[in-house]
Amino acid sequence: MEEKFAHPELRTPENLVYQRTNLLVDRPLSYCPGCGHGVAHRIIMEVIEEKDILSKTIGVSPVGCSVLAYDFMDVDMLGAAHGRAPALATAIKRLWPNRYVFTYQGDGDLAAIGTAETIHACNRGENFTIIFINNGIYGMTGGQMAPTTLPGMRSSTSPYGRDTEIMGHPLQITELIARLPGTYYVTRQSVHTPAAVRKTKKAIRKAFDLQDEKKGISFIEIVSNCNSGWKLTPVQANKWMEENMFPAYPMGDIKVDGQLVK
Amino acid sequence: MKGNEAIAEAAIRAGCDGYFGYPITPQSEVMEYLMAEKPYETTGMMVLQAESEVASINMLYGGAGSGKMVMTSSSSPGISLMQEGISYMAGAQLPALIVNIVRGGPGLGTIQPSQSDYFQAVKGGGHGDYHMIVYAPSSVQEMADFVKVAFDAAFKYRTPVMILSDGAIGQMMEKVYLADPIPRLTEEKVIARCPWAATGKPATRSHNIITSLDLDPAGQEKLNLILQEKYREIEENEIRYEMIDCDDADYIFVAFGISARICQKAIHLAREKGIKVGLFRPITLFPFPKHQIRELGNKIKGFLVVEMNAGQMIEDVQLSVGCNIPIKHFGRFGGIIPTPDEVVNALETKIIGG
Repeated sequence: MEEKFAHPELRTPENLVYQRTNLLVDRPLSYCPGCGHGVAHRIIMEVIEEKDILSKTIGVSPVGCSVLAYDFMDVDMLGAAHGRAPALATAIKRLWPNRYVFTYQGDGDLAAIGTAETIHACNRGENFTIIFINNGIYGMTGGQMAPTTLPGMRSSTSPYGRDTEIMGHPLQITELIARLPGTYYVTRQSVHTPAAVRKTKKAIRKAFDLQDEKKGISFIEIVSNCNSGWKLTPVQANKWMEENMFPAYPMGDIKVDGQLVK
Repeated sequence: MKGNEAIAEAAIRAGCDGYFGYPITPQSEVMEYLMAEKPYETTGMMVLQAESEVASINMLYGGAGSGKMVMTSSSSPGISLMQEGISYMAGAQLPALIVNIVRGGPGLGTIQPSQSDYFQAVKGGGHGDYHMIVYAPSSVQEMADFVKVAFDAAFKYRTPVMILSDGAIGQMMEKVYLADPIPRLTEEKVIARCPWAATGKPATRSHNIITSLDLDPAGQEKLNLILQEKYREIEENEIRYEMIDCDDADYIFVAFGISARICQKAIHLAREKGIKVGLFRPITLFPFPKHQIRELGNKIKGFLVVEMNAGQMIEDVQLSVGCNIPIKHFGRFGGIIPTPDEVVNALETKIIGG
């Protein structure tokens, strides 16, 4: 790899401003250009590397765009059936209480087919971390309406926009689980700007740290884009997300230290 | 003790790491017994009441995928809900024990005993080409004994294993000799037994991935071939059966589980009438003892397959027997247990006089 650099002599620790984490497998991601999954993957792996907990970490991947997350994250992982990741993680964490356990799930996985598993794992106060990527659409299957699709938002199964009278309302699952006694830390973040990435990474680190305290679920929603599903360019998608998704899914902590914020 | 309690006590003694379940009649005593015994304070075995059978089976997937010895129990409608998870576990090659205390169906059916889940248990049940090893106990003693046997087979072949029992044996009380307790494996021993499991990646190996997914058709076909090879090996090594009074028999009852117990009484009644009949009892339903039945078929005048269903195992008997002798079915269903007299009468009318 070294020969790729024109001036290898400049690659010294004091000159290092950024280094790819060793815990991301060196292969092309399967995600669309501009998608937030890659950044989310990276910062989770950075946290695991910085905390030096690789040998104590077990991840659970979902069904959806990130079904192959285990191909990119160089940690021990289980691929769950659609929506069932919190059930897997419940058993893993209870049987390996000294391990750090996380699930990585999309909106269809966590808030539609897996709603029961999500709510009950949260309500039991399991001691693992849920990373919830909410882009308001089913990306992998080709852009169908998701539980978090906004009113009026077009998708392949709401081609004229989500009509809430016919198709129901977006599910605010994060606000819902925050009210459960088993959740300890609930926050909503994004990864569309460098500042947002830093905040989200800090939240992920906090979520993993909290597993040591055994006080309940740490839950991080990352509102993300789906430029392919939304039929926008990556830049337009991020702007649309700020203007439309963020008002419906406001950024910031929802529950800290077991207490609802505000 | 009750059959259901024997399952629970045997699991604790086998060194089981975790039980996940959801209440359903007629098997709720399994979890009730475990919760009362509190093995988490003695052996460290974890017991969790899940929110559904769907969650239970996926907890099994998580536990088994991280190398632990885990089990669930349920009854027919609950087992139907678990089929997705069982298929995933077969695909991901995960060892676990699933106990089905069968009740009558279809649908909500009845809470009374039945054997109508035979097809579901032995032919796959969920989607895709797979089998579980299926043990059919016919006594409370076997309920206890087969827990360890099933776990051993599950880990030997990395496959989900089922104990297919019924509401009669689950609720029946009999004297049981319990095996001495085996301590649960330490973390180091779990990792040594399951080097493939997701237990946390040390620097010494690449990351372990538990999945049934392979989007490349060539890769998926390879996985299927590995599974098929495993099932052939299981057919080679794991067949269990029992033969009673077969040596001089003209006719044979083929029955598993509680039906085999009824047939034992029917044998006495028939022999008092001068009808020489014996019993062939498959103990493993998959792998099915087809060669043994085939051999037996060459020596007798007819088989009566006695099941508490509308005729399921009879198909495997028909596939096994190579000669042209009568193979008939007698069954009661919907939760009705046949009487020995009915069984003898069926033998007389369907086979001897048929």
